Amino acid sequence: MTGMTVIVKTISGWVKVLIFLFGIDIILFGHLTPGGGFAGGVILASSYVLLMLAFGRKFVEANLPLPLASRLDCLGAFLFATVAILGLVFGGAFFTNFLYQRYWPGQALDLVSAGTIPLSNVAIGLKVGASLFLIILTLSSLHRDVGRAEPPGAGKASVARQE
Amino acid sequence: MLYALCFLLFMIGLYCVVVKKNLVKIVIGLAIMEYAVNLFLIMLGYRVGGTAPIIGRGDIQAGVDHVAAHFVNNAVDPLPQALVLTSIVISLGSLALLISICIRIYDKYGTFDITEIRRLRG
Amino acid sequence: MSRALPAFVVVPLVAAFLLPVLGSKGKAAATLLANLVTIALLALAVACVGHSGVYEVGTWPSHIGIVLVLDGLTSLMLLAVNVVSAAAMLFSVRYMEQYTAKPKYLSLFLLMVAGMNGVVITGDIFNLFVFLEIASIASYALVGFGCEHEELEASFKYMVLGSVASSLILLGIALVYGNTGALNMAYTAKVIQQTGINAGLAFAMSLFIVGFGLKAALVPFHAWLPDAHPSAPAPISAMLSGVLIKALGIYALSRLVFNVFGVSIPVSWVLIALGVLSMVVGVFLAVGQWDFKRLLAYHSISQMGYVVLGIGLGALILAQGGNPLWASLAILGGLFHLVNHAVFKSLLFLTSGSVEMATGTRQLKQMGGLVERMPYTRTACTIASASIAGVPPFNGFWSKLILVIAAVQAGFFGLAAVTVLVSLVTLLSFLKVQRYVFLGELPEELQDTRESKDSMLIAMLFLAALCLLMSLLILVPSLRVAVLQPAVDVLVEGVNHSIRVANL
Repeated sequence: MTGMTVIVKTISGWVKVLIFLFGIDIILFGHLTPGGGFAGGVILASSYVLLMLAFGRKFVEANLPLPLASRLDCLGAFLFATVAILGLVFGGAFFTNFLYQRYWPGQALDLVSAGTIPLSNVAIGLKVGASLFLIILTLSSLHRDVGRAEPPGAGKASVARQE
Repeated sequence: MLYALCFLLFMIGLYCVVVKKNLVKIVIGLAIMEYAVNLFLIMLGYRVGGTAPIIGRGDIQAGVDHVAAHFVNNAVDPLPQALVLTSIVISLGSLALLISICIRIYDKYGTFDITEIRRLRG
Repeated sequence: MSRALPAFVVVPLVAAFLLPVLGSKGKAAATLLANLVTIALLALAVACVGHSGVYEVGTWPSHIGIVLVLDGLTSLMLLAVNVVSAAAMLFSVRYMEQYTAKPKYLSLFLLMVAGMNGVVITGDIFNLFVFLEIASIASYALVGFGCEHEELEASFKYMVLGSVASSLILLGIALVYGNTGALNMAYTAKVIQQTGINAGLAFAMSLFIVGFGLKAALVPFHAWLPDAHPSAPAPISAMLSGVLIKALGIYALSRLVFNVFGVSIPVSWVLIALGVLSMVVGVFLAVGQWDFKRLLAYHSISQMGYVVLGIGLGALILAQGGNPLWASLAILGGLFHLVNHAVFKSLLFLTSGSVEMATGTRQLKQMGGLVERMPYTRTACTIASASIAGVPPFNGFWSKLILVIAAVQAGFFGLAAVTVLVSLVTLLSFLKVQRYVFLGELPEELQDTRESKDSMLIAMLFLAALCLLMSLLILVPSLRVAVLQPAVDVLVEGVNHSIRVANL
């Protein structure tokens, strides 16, 4: 799929940046406004889907290759696990909001407040965005003609071959 | 009354899963069932004439006691909203897996019709 | 020891996300890490026996936060889950060499273990649902791992039925929250004890029975199991049949029936009816099977019927106000059979995987005379078959004996007779397996099969030794009091146990 017309390609290039920025805004202010990690991550992934529809899958895959997205995914999960385990180390129980209770309470309704919640939001946003991007990229590359059977492999298709 | 409509939506989804013969229609029926359950869960927390469970800057300036009283007396229940967020994420993961298995089945069998995808018997 | 409870969930989760990164460097490192994780969890589960406590996640007080609870039933289930997962992971070191993408398999396996551990230790109903979904979605992906025709079809069927079950369970949880206003198991139990069961809660209970019955593959809801378990790779079949249907289905159902809602007569009769139906239908459908793993899958349905029968009988005796000693005996039989079945059924699936890897087929009629080529596999399979058929002195005999004695003492002679009959038919079908797979003469195509190698053998022999040693759990009084009796007491004490543990 080589993409759509010139008009669509130009405008989506501009709009994609706006959508990406909007997604980052929803993640960062997740402790103040509705949204948070998951909703922001979905918006981040959908900005890449817009690019995929306008420019074609190969262009987007060259831009953000599969192994890199997979590493970002694992990094997001790690960050979340690290925040939770640090809660155990500094706060006494697993998942404690140790920044709010002890070190850095901050003013209510500021950007830097509510302890470890913004950190968790960032980690979840990164993970969800990378995961959804991976899912949609993989599903779109599964399209084959009927009759050419796939060799046996992993349950989630060609991610294994391309890693 | 609204709860009965929610349950009707759940039954529609169940009907799709049981009766339809196309794989993708079965997946859509499953999605309808999950929407119905999420809708039911949110409607549980509703309070007639309630406000959103968000504390704004004006509330904080008025003082802590006023904030707590206003929240408890006027806001809808925020706990089912958190439950529904979790449930939506779970059904996202489940649906993604279902769709990818449907695509793979189409590659192997050449059809989406479940009456022809019946190699396992007995 | 309750301070170590989050480790059961966190350690496999973190390892599961580390494995794809490690796997690109080399399969050996990933496999080693995964095996170390399961063996460490097994050691931790053994260390938790006999302790009890409550762990508040995030230091939120228990009426507004999530709690993790360690009591007798939890430690028994943790032992069962971690023993089987350690053995299956050891087996898959060698067995999964025939598939590609091994690090992804290990990662999904550890996610499934994390989910099952989470189901068993949590004390909050919605948290139970979240961990149930984690384990279920990981198992859906693992069943279709080989990506052949039949595996994908089986995985799709399993997924659709499993998702319907999850929706029903979530609807039940919503009804419970709407009627009681609490999600913590202890608080819900207290509210239900004070206000009684109204129509909404009774409907929620029936939704739970259908939903968890679908997860546990009891008989009207068993349609996915005979397709899903044979199609999965052998260590995954062992995990599915050995612990997943128990931890997700039977443990959750008994926790809700005994400790949250309280026993009542209609629910107990429903459980007994489902148990008898599963036992009889499962075994009669199993006898006529010619596919090795499909036969084992139908036997899983039948043995699950035993466990549900034991638990239902105990609930009925408690609800009717009968002698708590007989109720305790029935529940002891049910729970001991649950743990036994975890060990011998996973051993049977592992031996069938070993046979399949060596001969390339699962059809009984194409095998024969393998006793000359595969002596260790044959020994393990014979021990497991004797256990499941109820031959003394293996562990299956003792749990079936306790169930029969409890049924006779409570006055249900018909149930006892059905139990013995089903046990005889089980013996018949396993004699058939022994005759066709191992005895007889070796056909032409199988002349150069060889015995399985290192890690597969170690896993099988470990489980076979456990089959023999577990009879000691019931015969030696100190072991029984330390391991089995606390689990039974938790269920018999019922709603009062949850209220006491939470200091309400």
